[in-house]
Formats: sequence, C-alpha cells, structure tokens
Amino acid sequence: MATAHTRTLSRFMMSPAVLLLFLWMIVPLSMTLFFSFQRYNLLHPERQRFGGFFNYSFFVTDPAFFAAISNTLILVGGVLAITIIGGILLALLLDQPIFGQGIVRILFISPFFVMPTVSALVWKNMLMNPVFGIFANMSMGLGLKPIDWLADFPLLSIVIIVAWQWLPFATLILLTALQSLDEEQKEASEMDGANFANRFVFIVLPHLARAITVVILIETIFLLSVFAEILVTTNGGPGVQSTNLTFLIYGRALLNFDIGGASAGGVIAIILANIVAIFLMRMIGRNLEA
Amino acid sequence: MARAIPLRRKIGFTALAWLIGLLIFFPIFWTILTSFKSEGDAIASPPLLFFNFTLENYAEVQSRSDYLKHFMNSVVICGGSTILALIIAVPAAWSMAFSPTKRTKDILMWMLSTKMLPPVGVLVPIYLLFRNWGLLDTQFGLTIVLMLINLPIIVWMLYTYFREIPADILEACRMDGAVLWKEIVYILLPMAVPGIASTLLLNVILAWNEAFWTLNLTAAKAAPLTAFIASYSSPEGLFWAKLSAASTMAIAPILVLGWFSQRQLVRGLTFGAVK
Repeated sequence: MATAHTRTLSRFMMSPAVLLLFLWMIVPLSMTLFFSFQRYNLLHPERQRFGGFFNYSFFVTDPAFFAAISNTLILVGGVLAITIIGGILLALLLDQPIFGQGIVRILFISPFFVMPTVSALVWKNMLMNPVFGIFANMSMGLGLKPIDWLADFPLLSIVIIVAWQWLPFATLILLTALQSLDEEQKEASEMDGANFANRFVFIVLPHLARAITVVILIETIFLLSVFAEILVTTNGGPGVQSTNLTFLIYGRALLNFDIGGASAGGVIAIILANIVAIFLMRMIGRNLEA
Repeated sequence: MARAIPLRRKIGFTALAWLIGLLIFFPIFWTILTSFKSEGDAIASPPLLFFNFTLENYAEVQSRSDYLKHFMNSVVICGGSTILALIIAVPAAWSMAFSPTKRTKDILMWMLSTKMLPPVGVLVPIYLLFRNWGLLDTQFGLTIVLMLINLPIIVWMLYTYFREIPADILEACRMDGAVLWKEIVYILLPMAVPGIASTLLLNVILAWNEAFWTLNLTAAKAAPLTAFIASYSSPEGLFWAKLSAASTMAIAPILVLGWFSQRQLVRGLTFGAVK
C-alpha cells in the first residue's frame, strides 16, 4: 500500500539520518583528500601550498611506514589467529553440558566490556610489569629471570592484550552460531559412527564457516584501528617497534602537526580498510536477501 | 531429544570450563581486588591475596582528581549520543522496514560503509574543524561525534528488529482508520520496545568504551573515563591501587549491562548476520 503519500513520508523520515551520515562522510573525506595534496604544517600555517604527490612519496618512503605496515599486519593477523582458534575451542567447550553455565559464560565474555585504556593499563602494570607484575613474580617463583614484556616484546605484548579483549567476542559469536546447529544432524552422524574429529571437520566447521568469516571481517575492521592500547602502554615504541598505521598517522597529525603528511597517510589507511570492507559488505549484503 | 550425559564427562567439562573462565577473568578480578589494597600492598611481592581491606583509594581518586566530573562526562556523552542517535534512527529504520523502496538496500549498505571508514583517516579534518569551531574538549562536540559513529549500527540493528514486526498488523489498523501517530504509539512502539531497548543497551556499551575520539578530542575539561584513565599511564610513581579503584568504577556499570545484553551484542555487532 505504498501510496505517494507514504513514500514522501518515508523519505522525510529517512532524510535526517541519511543527510547527517552523508555530511559526516563526505566533508572530512574531501578535506583529507585535499590536505593530502597540500604542504601544510600547523606550526607554519603561512607556508601552506600545493604539494602534488610529495606527501604520499614522503609518507611511503619513510622507513617508519614499512615498520607500521608490517606491525599492523602482525597485530591484525596475530590477534585474528589467537581469537579464531581460541574462540572455536572455547565455543565448543561452552557448548558442552556444564554446571553453572551462565556464570562461566559471564566470566568468558567480560573482557569485551572493559574499556581499552583500562585493559591496557591493567595488563601493563599489574600483569606485565617486570618488577612487581604477576608474570614477573611467577617467573621469579620458578627461578627464572623476569621478562620486561613491553620493552623487550612490545608488539607481542600488545597482541596479547588486544587478543584478550577480542577473544570473548569471537567466542560469543561462534557459540551463538554453534547453538543453531541442528541437534538431530549431530545425532545422526554419531549413529553413523562419526567420531568427534569427523563430526568437527564435516559438520561443525562447515556450519561455522559463515560466522567465522563474519568474525574475521569485523575484527579486522576494528583491529586496523587499534589505538588506545598502544597509546597508554608503549606509545608506539621502543622506536617504532609497536607503531601501527593508525598510531603513525596520529603522531604525524597531533604530535608533528604535519597536516599534509597525516592526510596522505589517512588516505592510504582508508584505501587499505576499504579492501577489507568490500568483502564484508558483500557478505552482509548477501545476508540481507536471505 | 535430550540424551543422558555421563556425569563424569560433565564434571570434566565443568572443571575445564571454570578453570579457563577464571583465567580469562583474572585480570578483572585482580583489578577489583587491588582497588581495596593500600599502595604498599598493591605492589607487594609475592602478590597478596589477603590484605588489610581499605576504601581509601576510592576516596582519594575522587578528592585528588575529581573522578565524579569525568564520570559525569562519560554519562552525558554516552547518554546524549545514544538518545540523539535513537531519535534520528528510529524514524529512518521504521520507514526502511515498513515502506521499503528499491533503494532501501543500497542506502543501508551505504550507511554500513561509513562505519568501515577508519577513524584515523578523518582525524585531521575533524580535529581542525573542531579547533575552528571551538568544539575541542567539549561535551557537545564529543556527543555529536559518538552519535555519528554509532548511527549506522543503530539504524541497522533497529531495522533488523522492525522487520520482524508483521506489517499486516499495521495494514489492519490503517484500514480501521487509525491515524499515523496512533499507529506508532499504540501498535508499533509496544512491539518495537524490546528491539529499541537492545539497541540502546549496545550503543551505551560502545559509546562508553569508545577510545579513539575521546582520547584525541578531549583534554582536562570534557575528558570521559576512557581519557581520564589514560592519564594514569604516565610513569611518575606507582599508583596501582588508585588506578584499580578508578578502573573498577569505570568498568563496573558496563560489565553489568554487558552481562545482560549478550545476545543483542551478537546481533548488533554482526549487523544481523549472526543471530
């Protein structure tokens, strides 16, 4: 019963959301694009001028750029590996009959609700501190030399912290998907003599495939932008050992006030994120029809 | 078809699950515990499980750094952005769900695509605009930004909830001659309230914990808890007990909300792809 009247009405109701998001997207994006071709430093605003591709070539030839790209890939890849494999195992475990299931679930998912600055600082101080931290105390108890996690393994430490935050997310989504698996299908396969490994490979894993893809894609979007955890723990260092692309651009913009350089970096980050986004959108779009 | 489960197996799984669960939860548990220690006990080696219980850290965090101000900043920014976003998103999602056009799907996908934009890609322009407009370090500025970054998720989530409301009911009451506002107030709202509540809950969690824009756009005045806690990262002295007290208060409300919203969380964060 979509009359002309209701169509106008629905357009009217949609327009604030559409308009706001359109402005939110198009204005900053075009500004970033514009600035990326300008030589513009906030410390010398009077020297602003057109710079062509200078910012881009400067940004990508900076050794810190390659470090940041590889750190970003290690961070995203490491956290994905831990959370997907761990998430599948934990989801399988939680799907079993357990006494006190509700409480165990709460224990499992809690880290996801802790704000990034808190989790990073708690890990940095109370767990990873080389003198007073729990880990240091444990190694000393075993007669080993304590490890200075954030100084010696900065990137690994951040991977661990971020993985702790995202493991609950993966577990929760995979568990939800697991619980929609048809019981009878499982039983039938058991009667046919399939053991646990067989059932996992031929029934559970294919059933989880879509959920796993969704987890990978959504986590990737967020993990490309990890920021607070780095800011409060290592500040990107030592050197650039734990600087990811987001943190590198942040430094260019708000510490060096290099507006042009930071914008060129921003454009590169947007392009990288879009490559991931295209896959994610296809996936969700297909779902919309189902 | 419930099957008898061997008790021994169940006990085994229970022990394993509890062990892993407690390990995962340990950092949070330890933070809460440390918040009740004196600063001396907090850095004792080996770590103390039993100690003199004290509440002085909580008092100190408040008196030293005006914790309440930052807490209220969080409440205002988080609550304000959520309510604003809902006011804008409910009509949009409503019309998309009940009078979809050929372009509805495209609009939804486009909204989603704005969420894929890495925040750092627009850090420079937003920072400059905020500086020029005097919005840096203001509650208002941050409220608007958080409203905008969560708007796509809210529209999506509401849309997936609204779509489950049978459209026939609306048709029927339209036939009976109900006017639009009656249709909304008496028919749609009661059926949509659970979905709206879930959306609200998820958005409160996301906004409370947002830590890119809050860190970059605020300083002393409008800093919400995420940014306030970050100030404990400076290496001057060890204030673990106070850090723990401040952290415990910052995460407690969201932990509790989160526990109640597990299912909505799955739905919201996967844009309805996993239910």
